[in-house]
Amino acid sequence: MKKNMGWKELWHGDSVPAGTAKEFQTGDWRSERPVFCAENCIHCYFCWIYCPDSAITLDENKKVSGIDYRYCKGCGICDVECPTKKDKRAITMEAERK
Amino acid sequence: MPTLAKTGNEAMAEAMRQINPDVVAAYPITPATEVVMIFSQFVADGLVDTEYVAAESEHSAMSACVGAASAGCRVMTGTSSQGLQLMSEILPIVSALRQPIVLCEVNRALSGPINIHCDHSDTMAVRDFGWIQIFSENAQEAYDSVLQAVLIAEDEKVRLPAMVTTDGFIISHCMEKIETMEDDAAKKYIGEHKVKNSILNLEKPITLGSLDLQDYYFEHKMPVVEAMKQAKDVIVKVGKEFGQKFGREYGLLEEYKLADAEFAVVALGSTCGTTKAVVDELRNNGLKAGLLKVRVFRPFPGEEIAQALSKVKAAVILDRSDTYCNQGGQLYTEIRSAMYEAAKKPLLANYIYGLGGREISLEGIRQIYKQLQECQSSGQVIHFGVRE
Amino acid sequence: MPKLKDLVTRRDPLCGGHRACTGCGAPIVVRQVLMSSSEPVVVTSATGCLEVVTTIFPYTAWNVNFLHNAFENSAATCSGIEAACKALKRKGKIKQNINFVAFGGDGGTYDIGFQSLSGAMERGHDMLYVCYNNEAYMNTGVQRSSATPKGAATTTAPAGKVIPGKVQFSKNLTEIMIAHDLPYVAQSAVGFWRDLTAKSEKAFSIHGPKFINVLQPCCLGWGYKPALTAEMGRLAADTCMWPLYEVENGVYKLNYTPKVKKPIGEFLKTQDRFRHLNKPGNGAVVESMQKEVDRRWEALLLRCKHEGGIQK
Repeated sequence: MKKNMGWKELWHGDSVPAGTAKEFQTGDWRSERPVFCAENCIHCYFCWIYCPDSAITLDENKKVSGIDYRYCKGCGICDVECPTKKDKRAITMEAERK
Repeated sequence: MPTLAKTGNEAMAEAMRQINPDVVAAYPITPATEVVMIFSQFVADGLVDTEYVAAESEHSAMSACVGAASAGCRVMTGTSSQGLQLMSEILPIVSALRQPIVLCEVNRALSGPINIHCDHSDTMAVRDFGWIQIFSENAQEAYDSVLQAVLIAEDEKVRLPAMVTTDGFIISHCMEKIETMEDDAAKKYIGEHKVKNSILNLEKPITLGSLDLQDYYFEHKMPVVEAMKQAKDVIVKVGKEFGQKFGREYGLLEEYKLADAEFAVVALGSTCGTTKAVVDELRNNGLKAGLLKVRVFRPFPGEEIAQALSKVKAAVILDRSDTYCNQGGQLYTEIRSAMYEAAKKPLLANYIYGLGGREISLEGIRQIYKQLQECQSSGQVIHFGVRE
Repeated sequence: MPKLKDLVTRRDPLCGGHRACTGCGAPIVVRQVLMSSSEPVVVTSATGCLEVVTTIFPYTAWNVNFLHNAFENSAATCSGIEAACKALKRKGKIKQNINFVAFGGDGGTYDIGFQSLSGAMERGHDMLYVCYNNEAYMNTGVQRSSATPKGAATTTAPAGKVIPGKVQFSKNLTEIMIAHDLPYVAQSAVGFWRDLTAKSEKAFSIHGPKFINVLQPCCLGWGYKPALTAEMGRLAADTCMWPLYEVENGVYKLNYTPKVKKPIGEFLKTQDRFRHLNKPGNGAVVESMQKEVDRRWEALLLRCKHEGGIQK
C-alpha cells in the first residue's frame, strides 16, 4: 500500500479494502516472546482460539505450527491457556532480546 | 401529465412513491410527519418495494439510513427541526461516506422556546455538513426537486446527500394544484441506482468509517469540497434537462423581473411567492422592483448571486433565521461575503423576519420595498415584524 | 456446538496488525463470535476500543465487511444494513444468507447506545448484538459506565478519601434485554470459548433479534497482567460476579455452575481497580457487594429452576 496517499488517490468515500492491517506489524511491542515447541504440542488449539492478535500460525493440515512474530505482542495468554505439562511445555515465555 | 391537488407533504410523499427507494428509515415529527406517514401507507398497500424502518428516534433513523446506503441501497428519509438536530451528529458522516441519501425536510423553528411553525433555523444549523440544500417555493417545486435531488445526489461527480426543504405548514400543509409525472415516466427519469461500494459485496470486503488521524482526515474532507464544487454544474444540468422533459426548468437561482430592477428582494422558500405578488403590484405602480429567489443554498451560488445583483441599486436580503453573530442572518452574511470581489455592489440590507412562523404578509413585503428605497447605506440588520 | 478442529478451517475475521493493547480481550470476543458463523458475516461496531484499534486508516484489521458509524448507533446502523439486505433480496439482487452482527462496548451498549439497541431489538431485525463488556469506558481512559461494578475505581468514579469507588451496583442489562422478549439472550465471558462459540452458533441459527453480553476483562482498566485475560473471566464466573446463562424463548438455562462458589474477594484481590477495598473501613463495601452478588445469583437460580419448566 502506498504511503501518504493524496486525496485524489484514496478509495471512494473513506473505504479501505479488507485486511490492510497485515501491513502494520505490531511484533515490536513485545517485551516477552512465546516460544513454540512442536514436539510437545497436542494441537488442542486453545492458544489459537484465545490469541487476540491472530498470531498463532497453522500449517496446511491445520495443525499449530508456531507464532507469527510479525504480529504477536507477547501477552502470554497462549502460555497460560496451553494445557501441556510443566516438563513438556508446547509454549514457554522468554524475555525478548533487543 | 396528471394534475392533482396536493399539500407539500403529499407532494413529497408522492415523489417518494415514484422514486420507490430501497429503504426508508424515519421517525415522525411535526410538520414533516405526513411525508413518512403517507409513505408508510404506500408500503402497507404494496405500492412500493421499500423496506420501511420505523426507527425509535431520528438519530437511529439516519443511522439506519447510513447502514442501508452502505449496503448499496437507494435510501430516503424525512424530518424537521428538532429531528434534524438529533440527526445532525450523523449528517457529516453521510457526506464523508459519500452516500447519496435524499432527505425531505420541512422547515420548522428550533427550540427553544418550542415552536412547530416555519423558519429556516433548522436547515441553516446543518448548512456546513456537506449536504446539498434545495429550498422550495411551493408544493410543485418540492415535488420536482425531490425527484431531481435523487439524480443530483447520485451523479458520479457529486455522490453527496441532499435535502429538499419546504416551509412548515405554509407549504407542507397547504393544498395546491400540482402537475406530477406518469409513474412510468418518473421511473424512467430516476433510473437504476448505481452502487459505488457495498458492505454486502462479499467478493470485495471493505471497511467503512475508519478512524482517521492527523495523517488522513484532511484528505478525506477534500473529496467533499470537490464534489460540492461539481454539484453546482450538475444541479444546473439536471434542472435544465428536467425543463426539457417536463416543461419546468430549474437552476440555482430564479430571477423574477430582476433584469432591469433597481430594488431587489433576495429570499428563500415560500416568501418568494408572496414577494412575486408584491413585485407585480409595484411594477404596475411604476417601481422597478425585482426578486432574486435562492433555490439552492448548498452549494452556495455566490458568484451567480453577485452577478444577478450587480445592476440593482439596493437589495434586501431576507433571512428566516438568525446567526446571533451580530452580522445578520445566514443568507445575508454569505451574500455579503460573495459580493466582496464584485466590481459593482448594490446597497445591501438584511431583514430577519418570520421567526417561529410569524406571518410575512403582502403588506410586510410592501413595507420592506418601501424602506429599501429609502436605504442610504449598506450593512443594516433589521429584525422585522417583532414587537418591542 | 462448534469444535475447534472445525473452527480452524474457517476464515479469521480479523488479521494481525491491529492496535489493541497487549492481552486485550475484545479481539478474542470478536474472533470467537464471528468464527461461529458458518455463513458470511457483515459487522458494525460502535465507536470505542474495538473500532479504534482495528481501523486506524489506512490499516483495517477486518477481513470481513465492516462499518463504523458513530458511538451510540451500532444497533441502528446494523438494522439499516439488515433492512437493505431484505430489500435487495426481494429484488433478487442478493441470494446468499448473511449474518449481521453489531458490536458495542458497555459504554456504547449500556449507556449511550441503549435506546438504539432497544429500538433495533424491538423492531425485530434479524441481527445479533454483542456487547463486549469491559465494565468501563476504556477507550477514553477508564471512566465509569452503568456496567461498572460497585466498588471499582474508575477515573470518573475514583476511590478517594471519602468515596470508595463507584457507589452504585452495575445495571443488569442482560435482564433488561430478556424483558424485550427476544428469541435469544445470553451472557458469556472471555475464558469460556466453548460457551461463547456455542451461544454464538445458536444465536446465528435463530431468526430475529439476539443479544449476547460478554464479560471482557481489560488488563489496562482492571489492572492485572495481560496473560491473565481469560483467567479473569473464569474467576468472574467462579465467584458468580458474572454468571453464564442463556434465555431461549423465555426459558432460562444456567450454563455454568462453579464447583465451589468462591467469595468475591478472590476476584477483587486480583485487580488494581478494587485494591482500595482492602483499606480499613472499606470492608462494608465488599460485604454489600457480596450480598448483591448472592442476591442476583439466587434470583437467577430461581428463574432457571422455575421458568425452565422443571417445576410448576
